[in-house]
Amino acid sequence: MSSAAIIDLLQLIMVTTTTVVVMLVIAFRRDHGLINALTQTGLLLALLIPQLIPQILPFQVTPLLIFDDFSALFSSIMLITAMVIVAMAYPYFEKKHNHNEEFYLLLLTATLGSLVMAGSNHFVSMFIGMEMLGVSLYAMIAYPVHSASVPVRPMEAAFKYLIMSGMASAFMLFGIALMYASSGSLEFSALAQSVSSRATEDLDSIMLVGLLLLFSGIAFKLSLVPFHIWTPDVYEGAPVPVTAVLATMSKAAMVAVALRLLLSAQLSSIGELVTALTVMAIASMLLGNFLALLQTNVKRLLAYSSVAHLGYLLVIIIAAAQIPDLLSVEGAVFYIAAYVFTSLAGFVVVNVLSDASRELVELEDYRGLLWRNPILAAVFIIVLLSLAGIPLTAGFIGKFYIFVTGVEGELWTLLTVLIAGSSVALYYYLRFIYVMLQSTATVADDPALRAIPTGSKLVMAVMVAFIIVLGIYPAPFITSIQQLAASF
Amino acid sequence: MILVWLMLILFIGGLAAWLAESRGAEHPRSVALVAIFLDLFIVILMIFAPEIVGIKSPLLSIENLQGDWLVLYQSEWINRFGVKFLFGLDGLSLLLVALTVVLGLVALGAAWGEIKERSGFFYFNLLWTLAGVIGVFSALDLFLFFFFWEVMLIPMYFIIAIWGHENKQYAAMKFFIFTQVSGLLMLLSMLVLVFYHFESTGILTFNYFELIGTVLPENVGIWVMLGFFVAFATKLPVVPFHNWLPDAHSQAPTAGSVILAGILLKTGAYGLLRFAVPLFPNESMEFAPIAMALGAISILYTAKVAFAQNDLKRLIAYTSVSHMGFVVLGIYAWNAQAVQGAVMTMLAHGFSAAALFMLAGGLQHRIHTRNMDEMGGFWGVVPRMSFMALFFTVAAVGMPGLGNFVGEFLVLLGGFKANVTVTVFAAMGLIVAAVYSLIVLQKVFHGENKNNHIMHDLTYMEFLCFALMMVGLIWMGLYPQPMLDMAEPTLRSLGVTFQ
Repeated sequence: MSSAAIIDLLQLIMVTTTTVVVMLVIAFRRDHGLINALTQTGLLLALLIPQLIPQILPFQVTPLLIFDDFSALFSSIMLITAMVIVAMAYPYFEKKHNHNEEFYLLLLTATLGSLVMAGSNHFVSMFIGMEMLGVSLYAMIAYPVHSASVPVRPMEAAFKYLIMSGMASAFMLFGIALMYASSGSLEFSALAQSVSSRATEDLDSIMLVGLLLLFSGIAFKLSLVPFHIWTPDVYEGAPVPVTAVLATMSKAAMVAVALRLLLSAQLSSIGELVTALTVMAIASMLLGNFLALLQTNVKRLLAYSSVAHLGYLLVIIIAAAQIPDLLSVEGAVFYIAAYVFTSLAGFVVVNVLSDASRELVELEDYRGLLWRNPILAAVFIIVLLSLAGIPLTAGFIGKFYIFVTGVEGELWTLLTVLIAGSSVALYYYLRFIYVMLQSTATVADDPALRAIPTGSKLVMAVMVAFIIVLGIYPAPFITSIQQLAASF
Repeated sequence: MILVWLMLILFIGGLAAWLAESRGAEHPRSVALVAIFLDLFIVILMIFAPEIVGIKSPLLSIENLQGDWLVLYQSEWINRFGVKFLFGLDGLSLLLVALTVVLGLVALGAAWGEIKERSGFFYFNLLWTLAGVIGVFSALDLFLFFFFWEVMLIPMYFIIAIWGHENKQYAAMKFFIFTQVSGLLMLLSMLVLVFYHFESTGILTFNYFELIGTVLPENVGIWVMLGFFVAFATKLPVVPFHNWLPDAHSQAPTAGSVILAGILLKTGAYGLLRFAVPLFPNESMEFAPIAMALGAISILYTAKVAFAQNDLKRLIAYTSVSHMGFVVLGIYAWNAQAVQGAVMTMLAHGFSAAALFMLAGGLQHRIHTRNMDEMGGFWGVVPRMSFMALFFTVAAVGMPGLGNFVGEFLVLLGGFKANVTVTVFAAMGLIVAAVYSLIVLQKVFHGENKNNHIMHDLTYMEFLCFALMMVGLIWMGLYPQPMLDMAEPTLRSLGVTFQ
């Protein structure tokens, strides 16, 4: 293996080393604070390594992994997300006083899985990454189940996720096998040849069935309608930091690999697939938003809103058939980055108000939050406005990208549905904001009056700065993702 | 740069007002007062001593028939989309900015004694709304325009949702959703326009000056124009998009109603004048008969609905829609008199509606009801307030010698040339207006004080605000020429033909 490969792999090696070190330290000493700090340091080092030792990009390391600007950006997003989750996990689990340390092991393997997904351009590495992320998540969702004060929800959620996700993986594997039978290769780019060589005639049906099976698996992970059924229940049952992983890291990783698959295999030229995606996009935008209307639980609300948001994102991906790849990559990357950081900020707020024994997730718990705890409420309002796509926030520029790509791709139906969906979405975001604006009587032992942990404060400050700066002056960030898209 | 300062002062003033709350509940309003006075000072300089602030004189530009821009400010923003930070003022914009600042002062006066809770956040929202509106009146980049269009919305939502009356959630939500959804339609239309411009020239830009004159395919143009029209018609509002307005106006606190009726509605009219018609002249002329008919329907239908209300604020809200119908009529008649009349109506209605809402809000603050059936005989209790009510009601009805008369008369004069049938119907609105206005005066200020309401008369602060608006209306009514002169170069450059 060449030195260039080693240098590119350093980030993955760092996370792996941290995992091993954390595991060994746990064996000798159970200390929540120490493990938390170790994990955080390992992740921070992994994030900084490319700055200290410049990576050689783009570079194919073994047939399985590619390192380029695209994977580098997504890796940074994953690592930052993981760090935020670590910061959230400490106050959340600290009060339980028993066996909190393994959570960080699982988080590290999940991160590793998503890093692999960001760099995979081969079905094998895609599947390995996905399963690594998925298996870690099963355990993470059920993590608080041994605590006496917690109802059985986490177990239920974990089982739901396990069964559904297992099924989705099986679908994907079968799809991959069919595609392999048809094209004879497991590389994404090899698929492109067999797709383009058949451009004149119809794609053979084995390949097509394989593709559709594969995409149903991907749609499951992205919780697109009709593969979204698990989302609200699992979001609700999982502990808050894990819900955040589900909503951000696992979604971003899947988007990264799906985007690479679509573009390097030129799948957007396949009409049947585009039709299937269009149907899913329309259904997700409408159903996601309409079902969110009925929710009074913050986690379920965010679950349905994530269904809708991934539906919006699909518009950019569908437009890829008609517009330059560059623009669609740029739009999708911007959108997912804005979405990930916005949601993270939201989950941090919920996390501050919750801990493993009691989660404050009902709409009523947030009544008058602006007056009880102005900082938390202000952050949450900014998050909700960004999710709704209101100017001054990153979410607006993201939505602007969808409109731009939609107009260029002339997807009028999708855009009409998008406008309808967003207007419904406004209702439930505004209802939430309104509740926070109301006056309320003070109650004893109000969790909102507790001091905000320093880590959470820092995280919220960074995330809010990101949302606002990207909303007001996105030019530098756009320039950098344009370069990345150009190198694609 | 002076133009940017006009907004920056308000943005910074808003933040300062919020922070000042920690020093005492009285501080935010003083901060807000200073910020608005600074802005007023700048606007006065802009009109009367333009050389000091380095802009061209708005009063002399009559000779310059090209409709020169008094001041333009440009800097880079998002190069990726060719979006620039492009602001400009011409006579029309300056008139509306002046209206905004003056009514901002009035709104502050209305809030002065009324807003006691969370005053810091209130004045923050008030100043940010004003800043957003000034942004809308001066943005010349379509993206920037949309940006401000939405920015003025959020603080207004907060004002209604926090300090509003009994049904505030419903009203605030309706207001936000109506504006936001119609705004998204406008965004879509903007992008289609920009996209076609890009196709034909290869330049990606949102610059107003470059986009003007873009030729769209026939079947596309009408839809794009409609996207803009719906957004502006919702804001204005025009029947059938007016549904949000009575709720928002009646539930908002007094200062909120003043700003909504006085300024925010005018952004819709401004959008039609500056963007919808000049960007799509042919499509608009095709659409003009329908738009004028909608205007006439607005005038008559909402006047009738106003007559049926017993909630004082709702009644005034409906009359607002009715008066805005004249503006639509004038704009789509698109000749010199009609458009000048529309501009005058915008200015005069800004004052008269703001004053009427302030009266209604003042009454509600004093007797805690808006129901006219519970009122009566107030002339004996609050004579000064009653006189103001009489004055501004007859102003709104269109009494000659006051601003509204000039505006509505010019609109009808110009409208008659463009479309006789519609204008004849619209003119009947003047009669209905007299009916519902007199009913208000009759019910509230005459007759018998059934519930024996006792209240204090106008405070000095309120009196000053009313006096200010009174002077404005009398000036507009007796000597409107300076304002017509200021607007004329703009209107010429927008493509209105003057003899």
